[in-house]
Amino acid sequence: MTQQNSVLLDLSGVGKHFGGLAALSEVSLHIRRGEIYGLIGPNGAGKTTLFNVITGLYQLDAGNFTFDGARYVRCKPHVLAEAGIARTFQNIRLFANMTALENVMVGRHVCSSSGIWGALLRNAAARAEEHAIAERARELLSYVGIDRPHQTLAKHLSYGEQRRLEIARALATDPKLLALDEPAAGMNATETASLKELLQTIRGSGITVLLIEHDVKLVLGLCDRVAVLDYGKKIAEGVPEEVRRNPAVIVAYLGGDAGEAAA
Amino acid sequence: MRNVLNHLLRHERRNAWAAFLLAGIVLLVLPFATDALLGRGWVRIMDFALLYMMLALGLNIVVGYAGLLDLGYVAFFAVGAYTYALFGSPQFGLHWPFWAVLPMGALFACIFGVLLGAPTLRLRGDYLAIVTLGFGEIIRIFLNNLNAPVNITNGPQGISQIDPVRFGSFSLGSSHSLAGIVFSPVHLYYYLFLLFTLLVIFVSMRLEKSRIGRAWMAIREDEVAAEAMGINTRNIKLLAFAMGASFGGISGGLFAGFQGFVSPESFSLMESIMILCMVVLGGMGNIGGVILGSVLLVLLPEALRNGAGPVQQALFGKVVVDPEALRMLLFGVALIAVMVLRPAGLWPSAQRRRELVVDDAAIAEQEQETVYDAAK
Repeated sequence: MTQQNSVLLDLSGVGKHFGGLAALSEVSLHIRRGEIYGLIGPNGAGKTTLFNVITGLYQLDAGNFTFDGARYVRCKPHVLAEAGIARTFQNIRLFANMTALENVMVGRHVCSSSGIWGALLRNAAARAEEHAIAERARELLSYVGIDRPHQTLAKHLSYGEQRRLEIARALATDPKLLALDEPAAGMNATETASLKELLQTIRGSGITVLLIEHDVKLVLGLCDRVAVLDYGKKIAEGVPEEVRRNPAVIVAYLGGDAGEAAA
Repeated sequence: MRNVLNHLLRHERRNAWAAFLLAGIVLLVLPFATDALLGRGWVRIMDFALLYMMLALGLNIVVGYAGLLDLGYVAFFAVGAYTYALFGSPQFGLHWPFWAVLPMGALFACIFGVLLGAPTLRLRGDYLAIVTLGFGEIIRIFLNNLNAPVNITNGPQGISQIDPVRFGSFSLGSSHSLAGIVFSPVHLYYYLFLLFTLLVIFVSMRLEKSRIGRAWMAIREDEVAAEAMGINTRNIKLLAFAMGASFGGISGGLFAGFQGFVSPESFSLMESIMILCMVVLGGMGNIGGVILGSVLLVLLPEALRNGAGPVQQALFGKVVVDPEALRMLLFGVALIAVMVLRPAGLWPSAQRRRELVVDDAAIAEQEQETVYDAAK
């Protein structure tokens, strides 16, 4: 149905076990370029595991995944970051004792190259690169809407700002796919609304977004397509409206048997 | 307005230069000033302070920047010292020049740094500390036992008659006089060590504010997040080990040339702990703090050693406690006092200071926001 080159991330038959527990089994899905793809499911359904597989934190036990036309099996996280997958974490993992600006500057690491000699000699090329890194980091901070002094330590930012800073840091790697693990968790309604706007702006700039979220309203209002995981299996996939009416999804979320739930 | 600002800026720059010049002059005349004011022994103590400063700055890269707790750092000091000793003494009849042996010592230390780093990449915190502690001991025990079946290190006797540092025919091992002023070896080594210390400080400062320095700090803060941001944590950690070790190697080479004698007992676990104390006490991650820490920890015991006797004599009319025993006691008390009163070190880095000072304000601010959010 879709053309080969419009698929950015393609998972086929992905499995991941922890001891006897199958956290993921036979999960296949593909994410197209430029879409916002939602991943929902009850607690413990395997969403974050899938995330960790995609970003290289876990090695998959079965199946295959290709990103941007290349296979990535048994790759370190930094290789996938270089390939263009950037992520945020469910429980915020900023560099707490570094400033907001430095956090984003670390994100530029993959897009810059000066090493020991550049650092020691601080020659024209190294200086220009350092300047460009700081410049881009400042742009990104204002892009995600952090208007605090850039020298504020990350851990002194408010919760909502920390979430945004994580997004800015991820964007600094110039990703093709931005993977967000529950970005709206713990946010109030206003913060969620402005996060939604931000994600739409990011998509508008041509970056594909993969979103894990508990806030069903946010997912259904924002995503082009949604997949639902339950007990490590994909039980539904499609446009939000379809998924919402899918009996299997209703069962997974509300329990009981499908006929009852649909009725 | 703009003119005034420009003027001020230029003024500030001029002040900075003046401060630099003043500091330079002070450092240059310091050995002669201490000779005149405090007595003959102090230049030698200052020489050691400079050696420890280099060591502490090297360890600061590993512990302060990259956050890797290394309790065996003295091993790299030993590698540098023994490299210098083996290639510049009658032990093998080799007398290679200083400018060749010192970089070799740094290089070997670097290699040992990587050797230690590679198997410990997955370890953090306490576990890493234990392995590095073991590594430090292994090196010392090797040096102690490598006299049989083939005699390499001369075992516990150590290697003596090591060549002094020599530039062409100018040897730092003998006195020289210039314009009527006599420079004895301790003075000459002081200037040599000062030069190398400045170099090490310069390298540390450049690394701190660079892409590599940021990557080290990112690993210190959160290794998983750092890796997810595309930092090759393996290479960057190895680089930290290698850089830190090379500072230790340089310091070791200079030590061997200065002392003319090395033996395994100079490289005990106590030395590693001492260097770590300098880093922690002064202020981890802050170059100024580390320098302050190393100066204090070298000078303080000496001052106590020299001061404790006369003070007791004056107070009680006799020496009640042996100054040597009192020295370590007071030293321990001083360490504990600093850690209780200034947990981030005597001179913490700007960031650590902010951490400690702003915390209350930040908490209050966040509380307020929560209240505000709840009200909405």
